[in-house]
Amino acid sequence: MSEDTPKRSSLAIWLPLALFGAFFVLVIWGLYRPADREVVSAFVGKPLPQFNLPAATAERPGLSTAEMITGKPRLLNVFASWCVPCAAEAPQLEALRQRGVEIDGVAIRDRREDLDRFLGNYGNPFARIGKDDLSEVQVGIGSSGVPETFVIDGKGVIRYQHLGEIRPEDVALILRKLQEAQS
Amino acid sequence: MKRLILALMLLFAAPVVAQDQLPPAPLAYKQLDDPAQEAKAQRLMETLRCLKCQSQSIADSDAPMAGDMRHQVRTRIAAGEDPEAIRAWLIERYGDYVSYAPQNKPIMWPLFAAPLVFLLIAALLLRGRFRRVKVKEDTA
Repeated sequence: MSEDTPKRSSLAIWLPLALFGAFFVLVIWGLYRPADREVVSAFVGKPLPQFNLPAATAERPGLSTAEMITGKPRLLNVFASWCVPCAAEAPQLEALRQRGVEIDGVAIRDRREDLDRFLGNYGNPFARIGKDDLSEVQVGIGSSGVPETFVIDGKGVIRYQHLGEIRPEDVALILRKLQEAQS
Repeated sequence: MKRLILALMLLFAAPVVAQDQLPPAPLAYKQLDDPAQEAKAQRLMETLRCLKCQSQSIADSDAPMAGDMRHQVRTRIAAGEDPEAIRAWLIERYGDYVSYAPQNKPIMWPLFAAPLVFLLIAALLLRGRFRRVKVKEDTA
């Protein structure tokens, strides 16, 4: 025993330094790793909650759960006139509409005059726009920001969530998800 | 001086552009009339994460969405709903991430077990040490 004690302790003496090194690497990795602030909805795969929102603008009717269950997949776009990326995704929504995609909008905490100006400036690809002044539907489907776009299948089940604006390169992806929601 | 004030005003004006213009939800900043219910709501709100400013609770945050969530919580508490049911409702939508209160799930067990494991290791180490001293004393 007296023979191998010194040998073992000489190895053990490096252990604290090795541990410190490991923690140091962990901290540096945590500091420099890009932060992931996106909150993915846990509600994908579940049916839409019951809601009935009044119209957000004079041009389009309001939005209720029953009206979204049409047997055909459609998009639910959570947006607001005060949201800058929402303006950036407008051309992509318009492109989707021209491809025959039906899009319903939920306007989060918006005023009618602001919304009308926004739709006048960037176009109005929506079939219906519900007015969600208390973020009720937003929280109800597990959305945490604007814009977010959900693919809803024909039975009213949420099939896909797109976080952030739809960029031109995302249009194909959205179309594919709509296709998948058909089955 | 005027320029400084103007610059300062601009500094404070900038974030407003990215926010909505609506007044906060009715119960975002208004306490419930029943103190017992308000205390219940407050306890719950302090353990729910604000999804806009993610290291704050919805009780701490002035983000409009946090205000809307406080309104939801207070409305539901006032309607007699159980705080843990409201928490479960939110977890169903946002995952465990939305709650600061640890959930009793298998993924948490190593965390709860760690102190016990460390105590056990310490006890074993100490036992070895005491025994060694004893052996030395005996041989001496």
